[in-house]
Formats: sequence, C-alpha cells, structure tokens
Amino acid sequence: MSELIRKDASELSGLLESREVSAVEVAQAHLDRIADVDGAVRAFLHVDTEGALNAAKNVDAKRAAGEKLGALAGVPLGLKDILATKGLPTTVGSKMLENWIPPYDATVVTRMREAGIVILGKTNMDEFAMGSSTEHSAFGPTHNPWDLERIPGGSGGGSSACLAAFEAPLAIGTDTGGSIRQPAAVTGTVGVKPTYGGVSRYGAVALASSLDQIGPCGRTVLDTALLHEVIAGFDSMDQTSINAPVPAVVEAAKRGDIKGMKIGVVRELGGEGYQAGVRQRFDEAVVVLQSLGAEIVEVSCPSFDYALAAYYLILPSECSSNLAKFDGIRFGLRVGDDGSRSVEQVMSQTRAEGFGDEVIRRIMLGTYALSAGYYDAYYGQAQKIRTLIAQDFAKAFSQVDVLISPTAPTTAFKIGEKLDDPLAMYLNDVATIPVNLAGLPGMSLPIGLAPEDNLPVGLQIMAPAMADDRLYNVGAALERALVAQWGAPILSSMAGV
Amino acid sequence: MSAISRDDVSHLARLAHIDIPSDQLDHYAQQLDAILEAVATVSAVDTADVVPMSHPVPSTNVFREDVPGPSLTASEALAGAPAVEDDRFRVPRILDED
Repeated sequence: MSELIRKDASELSGLLESREVSAVEVAQAHLDRIADVDGAVRAFLHVDTEGALNAAKNVDAKRAAGEKLGALAGVPLGLKDILATKGLPTTVGSKMLENWIPPYDATVVTRMREAGIVILGKTNMDEFAMGSSTEHSAFGPTHNPWDLERIPGGSGGGSSACLAAFEAPLAIGTDTGGSIRQPAAVTGTVGVKPTYGGVSRYGAVALASSLDQIGPCGRTVLDTALLHEVIAGFDSMDQTSINAPVPAVVEAAKRGDIKGMKIGVVRELGGEGYQAGVRQRFDEAVVVLQSLGAEIVEVSCPSFDYALAAYYLILPSECSSNLAKFDGIRFGLRVGDDGSRSVEQVMSQTRAEGFGDEVIRRIMLGTYALSAGYYDAYYGQAQKIRTLIAQDFAKAFSQVDVLISPTAPTTAFKIGEKLDDPLAMYLNDVATIPVNLAGLPGMSLPIGLAPEDNLPVGLQIMAPAMADDRLYNVGAALERALVAQWGAPILSSMAGV
Repeated sequence: MSAISRDDVSHLARLAHIDIPSDQLDHYAQQLDAILEAVATVSAVDTADVVPMSHPVPSTNVFREDVPGPSLTASEALAGAPAVEDDRFRVPRILDED
C-alpha cells in the first residue's frame, strides 16, 4: 500500500508543489487503493481512471512549465453523484438516471477542474439524496470502513466512506438536512455545510431548493477549508448565490484560536434520545473547548423541538415539485412506450419503476401536504415554524459566537436496522436540520469513539450566515487539542479495511 | 388531521403520476399515516402572528442582459433523450385516438 494514500490534502499539496511526487503518482496510488478496497466499501458508483490520470498529467505538465498552480492542484477527490459532470454518468443513486450522461459540468466541478483537483469518480448516495444511510441507493449500500456491516451515513455515504477508507483525501457532498455532516460524524471525518447561497448549486440535481447546499468534506479541518475556498463564491448561474466575498476559511483553519470566544451549547439538541457514548464524548469536548479559553454558555432554542416535523413537511413539498421533471420525456428512463400507451401512462409507469420506495413516499407526502385543504395546516404551518427557528438562532447568536451540539444522536447503526422504519431513519437528522431551515453554516468534526461500540462520534458547530470562518476557527482549535490528546488522528485507530 | 386511506394513496399516486400497484397501496397508506401523525405535531405551535419563511435568503429577481451566448447544440440536447426522431424529442401519443 502506497504511503501517499495516508497523506492529507495539505501534505500532498506540499509534496506536489516541491515536485517530490507527481500528480500522476498520487492519482495512481488512490486508483490502486480504490481497486483494492472498493469491492468491500462500495463508496464509488463510477471510477474515472482515464479522466483522473489525464487531469493529473495536465497538472504535472503545467507545473513542469513553471505555471503557478492552486494549493489543491493534483490532489484527488471523490465527487458525490448528484453533481453534473460532462461526459461522466450522473445517476443521483437512481435508476431514473442510470444511463444519463450530462452535457455540462456543475459550477463546482468547473471550479475544481480549473484548480487542478483530480476527480477520481462519482460517489454513492441515497437515491436523490433522500436518506441517512446510503441504503436507499438503487445501486446497493456503501459500507462504513470502521465496520463493514454498518452504514456510512447518508445521503453522502459514498463521500464520507471514501475519505475514511483512504480512497481519496477530499470529497464533495450536498447537505439538505445533514447529508454532509451526519456521514462525517459516523465515519470520523470532517464535513461542512456552508451558508445557504455560499456555494453555487448550478448543476446539482435539486432535492429541496430552499435547503440544498453543496459543501466540502475532508479528513482534517484545514483540508476541508482548502476545498471550501475553491468551490465557494458568487455564480450568476444560481439565482440564490450570495454576491459577497468568501469568508476567510483557510486563514481561520490555520488560526484555531478560541480564547475569549463565547460558545453556546444548545439545550434542545442533546440529552434524551442521544446515545450515552455520544453524550459522554460531547461533554468531554465541551471541557476541552473551555480549557482552550472559550466561555461555555447554555442556550435554549425552544422551536428546535419542531424542526424535524417542519422539515419533513417542507422537504417533501419541495421535492414533489422538483422531481416532477423526471417524466421520461427529455432525459432519463422511459418505460412502457410500446405505442399502445398514452404519454400519461408512460410517465406514471416510468416514475413507478424509476423511483425507489423512499422517493415515492416523499413525493406522495409532499403532494399531500401541498393539496388544497391541507396546505395551511401542513406546509404553511411548517414555514411559520421555520421563521421561529431562524428567530431562535438570531437570539442565540446575539449572546454567543457559535453554537455546538452532537452531530447525530447515535454512532453508525447496522445496515438494514432502520430500513423499514422511515420515522426512525428521519430521527438521525434531528440535530442537523435546524441550520438548513435557517440557511446557516454547520460543521461536523470527530471528537472520539463512543466507549460502548468504539465507533466515531461527531460534534456539530453552527455559526451565523456568512460566518463560515468561525466553524473552521473553532473546529481547528478543537481538532488540534484532541489529536494532541489522542497522539494521532482518529482514523489511525481504525482497523484497516 | 391524518388517517390516510388506501383510496387516498391511490389519489395521491394519480396526482403525482406514479403507477403504484394495488397490492402496495395499503403498505404506503400505513407508512404515510405514521409519518403524517408525527409531523402533525407542527399544529401544536402557536403561530398566530408569525410570517411564513419560504427561503433563507431574501429573494429578488435577478436580471441579465439579453445577449446570445454559447448553448447546447441540438444533438447535445437530445443526447440524453429516451427517444429521438427527426432531431426532435419523440413522445408517446398525447391525444386519445377516439
């Protein structure tokens, strides 16, 4: 096994810049690793060997010609299969788009290509990003490298698993209710959901447009910041893109100084319903933050108790509308078009065969919540609760600089354990949903292993809109203190895949 | 507020253009009922004076100059189509024969 796969993106960046290794060597090492372990992990849906090696060759040629390159030029990455890639399949984990090859690149893909990042392939996900375990992928589940019988989180389980399995040092995810942060938590990796509008969504297959956000994933806070800087910033192709400077995330990740900061512990996101080992590691991390000079304050956000219910009305409503475009006419699957059926019959048959159970459930739930007679009681009421949640955040941030909580109520559960119980599955997102509803940034980073099962626990940091740099500052300080305490990063305590 | 029947599921499936086999209607009815019962807790919150929030950032119309730019060619636009005829999307019949 090549030593290169154990290196963080920032370490690889240094080795590449000093030309101690070539981008082709780095790409090949990771492609070899994928060939070795992905049969067991199944993080990738498609591996683009040729494209990755070509991109790496280009970086090497530019460097040899003395061109000034970005920090991540030549660093490999796993890309969630929800982002359009020209000439490369983009399935969204669904049979509906099994054979779709997009004719264009998503904005973040364009930016990463321009930065010389080497895209190794497309990572597995719950179908249309609906799920917390990656079990809802039409192409089979991804396995958690910590224990192959367990889930890697979801919907971005392929992205989190490829980091933990050392198949790639960086990955891209999307987060509508926790799909970057919860997978990061259960795999011992780092994931950030940026401020809504901070990263262009152009070319991301939409789940719920007022909640969706693309974000960076890595094994360290600094690596995640380096990727954040590449993908963030205004894009005229996304109407909700914020036209303002990108927060200084890399500088914050290098600083990691929280002396005098006020950190709020959210009373409603913890306690009952959270696994004992998750609570224990969280309480210990709070003590570490205090020892680093932060002032810890307990904060109450009473409307958060209704966030999950509001989310599971708003999300299905938006997704039932967004997914109406999958009608078997212009792209994707078409079933039953034998000349005897009408366009509506073909459409209904296509959607029944192309969508999995969870997608069908949510479309029907949204159709119900938006129907005449129920709109005010369900969707309208949920939107008002959304306002109350945003007000709770505003009040909290008038007292503290950031808020913290456990990222997920439990560590990784067994594959199959919650598959037939949608409500039990939804509860995984209970702590991550509030920031999506309010459009705020959030990070998950590892804070140790739960004593009862030796599986990773994540801590979530939440910040005001466009204060993403605070996540990285606090995350870096905590990461540095914990790694010093452990003697090595958390993933070095994982038994090899 | 909830209590979703088999007929309700059938109606929703028709609205959503999803052809759900009749032997699965009860299964979906039971699951949707359980989910709706859980999310109906939103009704417990007093929201009398609360303005609904549809979006996290204030949304305004964005305008651009109306100038031609690069776009997909016909063959690129049709490349993902399930059926193509004469450089166009071929669709199943839209009108009934009678």
